[in-house]
Amino acid sequence: MSEITINAERHSLQGRPSLAALLEQAGYKGDGFAVAVNGEFVPRADYAHTEIRPGDEVDVVAPVVGG
Amino acid sequence: MQDKLKIYGREFSSRFLIGTALYPSPAIMSESIAVSGAEIVTLSLRRQNPAQHEGNLVWDLIRQSGCQLLPNTAGCKTAREAVNLAEMSREIFRTDWLKLEVIGDDYNLQPDPFGLVEAAAELVKRGFRVLPYCTDDLVLCQRLLDAGCEVLMPWGAPIGTGQGLLNKYSLETLRTRLPQVPLIIDAGIGAPSQAAEAMEMGFDAVLLNTAVAKAHDPVAMARAFRLAIDAGRSAYQAGLMVRQQTASPSTPTLDMPFWHQADPLTQE
Repeated sequence: MSEITINAERHSLQGRPSLAALLEQAGYKGDGFAVAVNGEFVPRADYAHTEIRPGDEVDVVAPVVGG
Repeated sequence: MQDKLKIYGREFSSRFLIGTALYPSPAIMSESIAVSGAEIVTLSLRRQNPAQHEGNLVWDLIRQSGCQLLPNTAGCKTAREAVNLAEMSREIFRTDWLKLEVIGDDYNLQPDPFGLVEAAAELVKRGFRVLPYCTDDLVLCQRLLDAGCEVLMPWGAPIGTGQGLLNKYSLETLRTRLPQVPLIIDAGIGAPSQAAEAMEMGFDAVLLNTAVAKAHDPVAMARAFRLAIDAGRSAYQAGLMVRQQTASPSTPTLDMPFWHQADPLTQE
């Protein structure tokens, strides 16, 4: 089975979904997060035409406190 | 009337930049920021799964503060990581301002000077307004300026140590050699007296977090730091006296009663 990771957690991958579809399926909604695939930032405008492939590492981040 | 802090084309009345982490509660964080008078606050990004919402309240409070947001790249160990996290920050926080951190050593969280310059050069090219968290090394600071940084943030001491200004020789050298560059002491400040000392030395501002957030009463400590930073800046502007090795009476000596010329008969 093909797998990817989202925030270092393994997920099975069906086909080659777009990043937009993957995020929706994973439950991410709104605009309070930003995404990198394999360590490279993906602008929000590119979600729809970024294809997710087996082995991809997806990071989804949101605001936190910091010093 | 104190002069304004001018960085990246903006003017600020406050010379106190404050972090948003480690407070006992979001309400205390929010009140501490308000009492500090800070107009610039730091924050960050971390992985989040869709079920997590606890960060939302804090994020809303920070937004409501009306402060300039200064997202950091804390935890990044390479220029590539820092550049990508910076891009993610810019998209979420909608600001080009960035506290650039590239850490080279886990033990004392010392900035990696090589990764820092590499990341700064790339980020400036991409339009970021970079405020690099750096060591007090003069040549590193010059390279960061060469890379396009207009502000530098040398450490006073390692993050979270509260040790104050550990290397005053290097810090004085930076201030002397880079007189026109806004220099913000970032990290290591543990007490208001240390912040005042940095300001008396001519540094333009102070950025701190732990000393306020971990105080018994963070709101009161935020006020104490605000007063100390204001006092230090006023003292710097007023011009400190020059230190002397020998005593010099402050009360006039002329017409001192009981004084008389030493009796030459009793003098050998």
